[in-house]
Amino acid sequence: MAEFKKQVPRPTPETQHFWDGAKNQQLLLQQCDQCQHTYFPPRPFCPKCASREVSITEASGKATLYSYVINHRPLPGFDNPHSIAVVELEEGPRMMSNIVGCPQTPEALVLDMPLKVTFEALTDEINLPKFQPAEA
Amino acid sequence: MKPNSIAIVGTAETTELGKIPNLSQIQLHADAALNALEDVGLKPSDIDGVATAGEIPTNVAYYLGITPTWVDGTSVGGCSFMLHVRHAAAAINAGLCETVLITHGESGRSRVGVSNTWPRGATTLAGQFEMPFGVAGPPTMFTIPVLRYMKEYGLTHEQLAMVSVVQREWAAKNPRASFKEPITVEDVLDSKMIAYPFRKLQCCLVTDGGGALILTSAERAKDLPQKPVYIRGTGESVETPLISQMEDFTTSKAFRVSGQKAFEEAGIKHSDVDHLMIYDAFAHLPIYGLEDLGFCDPGCAGEFIAGRNTAPGGQLPLNTNGGGLSYMHSGMYGMYALQESVRQLRGTAAAQVENAKISIAHGVGGMFAASGTIIMSNEQL
Ligand SMILES: [Zn+2]
Repeated sequence: MAEFKKQVPRPTPETQHFWDGAKNQQLLLQQCDQCQHTYFPPRPFCPKCASREVSITEASGKATLYSYVINHRPLPGFDNPHSIAVVELEEGPRMMSNIVGCPQTPEALVLDMPLKVTFEALTDEINLPKFQPAEA
Repeated sequence: MKPNSIAIVGTAETTELGKIPNLSQIQLHADAALNALEDVGLKPSDIDGVATAGEIPTNVAYYLGITPTWVDGTSVGGCSFMLHVRHAAAAINAGLCETVLITHGESGRSRVGVSNTWPRGATTLAGQFEMPFGVAGPPTMFTIPVLRYMKEYGLTHEQLAMVSVVQREWAAKNPRASFKEPITVEDVLDSKMIAYPFRKLQCCLVTDGGGALILTSAERAKDLPQKPVYIRGTGESVETPLISQMEDFTTSKAFRVSGQKAFEEAGIKHSDVDHLMIYDAFAHLPIYGLEDLGFCDPGCAGEFIAGRNTAPGGQLPLNTNGGGLSYMHSGMYGMYALQESVRQLRGTAAAQVENAKISIAHGVGGMFAASGTIIMSNEQL
């Protein structure tokens, strides 16, 4: 399917801070000043209570493996096979990512294993947050 | 919606299903629509409401020469047609129109005259926070929650494989099914790995085809030739366009909300249901659907299917056309689930469930992003 080319994120005004943070090796979340809810993906209001008073906070980078697949179909720009995972951050939100720095096998990728963030340059402007086993 | 006040009076699929390189996408809509009009003995000029997805209603109305007083372009993925049925019923009851045509056509395989686009551009949330991680379409997105489900509930690879095996048994009874050869659990688990833990025989087909439905008031249905199929209960909901942000990977909120709404409206019990269609783009969907609609307790649907309860001869016939896994899957399969429910309630299905009176067609849109549920009956009460 030709339309699934490697896609480079294009930040919008609401997400620019996240990508600026990633460029500086920081994983940025947002927290509501009213109800303290921490959330992702970015938006300038709280998805829980709708308050516009929110602050940007830096995540610890610690996470656990929530679920994943291992893609076996060749994809430009990716090693084959490669994991596509959803991780649960220590702060609560989940995000999609890739698990790197370990074999891309069911034996190496165990649900709930501890992970830590690492950043990979996709372009000069965009770093992607990826995750590796915490003990690595 | 007022139960049983609206009926499906005309239905048809495209003349051919599967590989149709000689028809463009809009002509697939038209072929199905003309077949459905013939089924009910109406002309385009008798239609005053048009609903469709994949194309905008303008394209379909113009192409068929219809001047509608009501249109619905709700496009939330493969269950859009369930939502169209629900909206059409409300519109007819409100007097906005009398007779609605709902069309689907998709050149999913041959890609002839395709006008819809993959809505995941680089500035969307999906484009920024999912696509860059190498998701290559539905096989690597829709499948992501299942390992979490397997860990929480102990669902085995063999039980998951049984979904495909059982549906192939239904497909074998259907001359129009794409795949009819029997398969075993071993065949499924030995088929080509697509995205662990999903193998080729656990992923839907990619085909060309279309379907159309015609709805009008139960009153007007009395004067039309086909046995009416009454709309008894309806539901719809959406959750998130991002699979990574689903509230819980073991259950779909959109499924639960839509299903519960439909059951409440219909005023029926689960034991009243004779026949069930659950949109099966991938093998785990019937498992989530059975649980989220309340037919099985959480964590029990894999065992229920593996125990042959949904197979030919079982207590709850499910996906009796063979489903998206074996019958056909153009991309927006919800239309075909509705078509099979109507055939079962008319008594004209290839694998007919004896004396079926109540059928449910439950659809998914996107990757657990949206849902629509239609409960139908051939008895007005
Ligand atoms: Zn808040």
